[in-house]
Amino acid sequence: MVRREFLAFFAVGLVLCIISFAFGGEAQLPTNSTLPWWAWTLILFVLTFILGIVAVLGGVGGGVLFVPIVGGFFPFNLDFVRGAGLFVALTGALAAGPGLLRRGLADLRLAIPLALIASSSAIVGAMIGLALPKNVVNTLLGLTILGIVFIMLKAKKSEFPEVKEADAIAKALGIGGVYVEPSLGKEIKWTVHRTPIAIGMFIIIGVMAGMFGLGAGWANVPVLNLLMGVPLKVAVSTSKFLLSITDTSAAFIYLNSGAISPMIVVPSIVGIMLGSIVGVRILAVTKPKVIRIVVLALLLFSGLRALLKGLGIWN
Amino acid sequence: MANLKPTEDQLAYANLLDIGMKVGLAGLFIAFVIYVFQILPPYVPINELPAMWKLNLHEYLETTKIKQGWFWITMLRYGDFLTFLPICFLAFVTIFCFLRVIPIYLKKGDKLYAFLALLQALILLLAASGILKVGH
Repeated sequence: MVRREFLAFFAVGLVLCIISFAFGGEAQLPTNSTLPWWAWTLILFVLTFILGIVAVLGGVGGGVLFVPIVGGFFPFNLDFVRGAGLFVALTGALAAGPGLLRRGLADLRLAIPLALIASSSAIVGAMIGLALPKNVVNTLLGLTILGIVFIMLKAKKSEFPEVKEADAIAKALGIGGVYVEPSLGKEIKWTVHRTPIAIGMFIIIGVMAGMFGLGAGWANVPVLNLLMGVPLKVAVSTSKFLLSITDTSAAFIYLNSGAISPMIVVPSIVGIMLGSIVGVRILAVTKPKVIRIVVLALLLFSGLRALLKGLGIWN
Repeated sequence: MANLKPTEDQLAYANLLDIGMKVGLAGLFIAFVIYVFQILPPYVPINELPAMWKLNLHEYLETTKIKQGWFWITMLRYGDFLTFLPICFLAFVTIFCFLRVIPIYLKKGDKLYAFLALLQALILLLAASGILKVGH
């Protein structure tokens, strides 16, 4: 069922991309704003601060909200928004990495081979993204965001997936460990399977992360958890850590290509990080389900905005 | 909270990442203050930024005469380019971390992971080199 829906989604996406190639034209930006630079910087800071809170409460990365919302509603060209999005996701992952590694929640041995694939692909993705016409990137971004909404709605999570036997690659790489779950009071031995398929998935994930500057936690977690059979906590933590490697390679491409504007990057990084700190503090007193609906609504709206912008319908 | 016992390589990676991230973020904050308060003059005048933001990468580079690659390193006397220094440093932190764990893997006789870590560092260095850049 999900496979059929995916194929239908892919077919519709392909048709829309062809339409945007043929008729979309270069997306126009709302550039007749009379606001001074500092007003946009301040608005960007406040927005990213809120996004930082919402991202933590909604259980998503900042990058996935940042690119479609800032790209859709700010007078910044998408080239620079994607560059900033990568650094937003990168700094968030760098900040979280030490704690996750020290507490043993992220697994370096699992991350290294996958990061190798994803970061190489992210380089290709970044180069494709910067070379494609903006209307096509917007169309693809819109479709990707709508796909993420679909994944978030459909994908189940498995706390402790069952892996009967590690596959040959996992055995050769010695991937696996012992997971101590205090809520159950027992040790859970884990390993992974279906590594070759996962490698194929991480090629796609890397390309998309580089192309759109989104970060890729939304895709990493289902692949690690549902496909490879990594326990959920280890999958979420390793995914966050993986972003620090995947996004580094793509970030260098944007940096070397000149697609970095400090006035967009720095307030966004600071805003998201401060927002994340506040978000963690209020996590305990909110209802995650409500926030998740807000996140899905935001993604749906900004995804549609990017899609319609790419098709030249809503500029 | 769930725990896995972190291995030596994982701890070494985490410790270096922690230091690098903190140094990078502190540098970013300082450089941005220098830029915004124009303690060093910006290369692209700050008042002209709203007009630049609408440009795509190709138009932006043509208008500002900014060259791609490591050109920015020669322009650190300007506030906007100074912020590139901590931004670039943050991107380099992961490379430092991979280089840090290679001797640990070699010491443990884990040649495969030493090779994978080296390969990862080389891929990131290739991305950093400026050979792979895109114009419109």
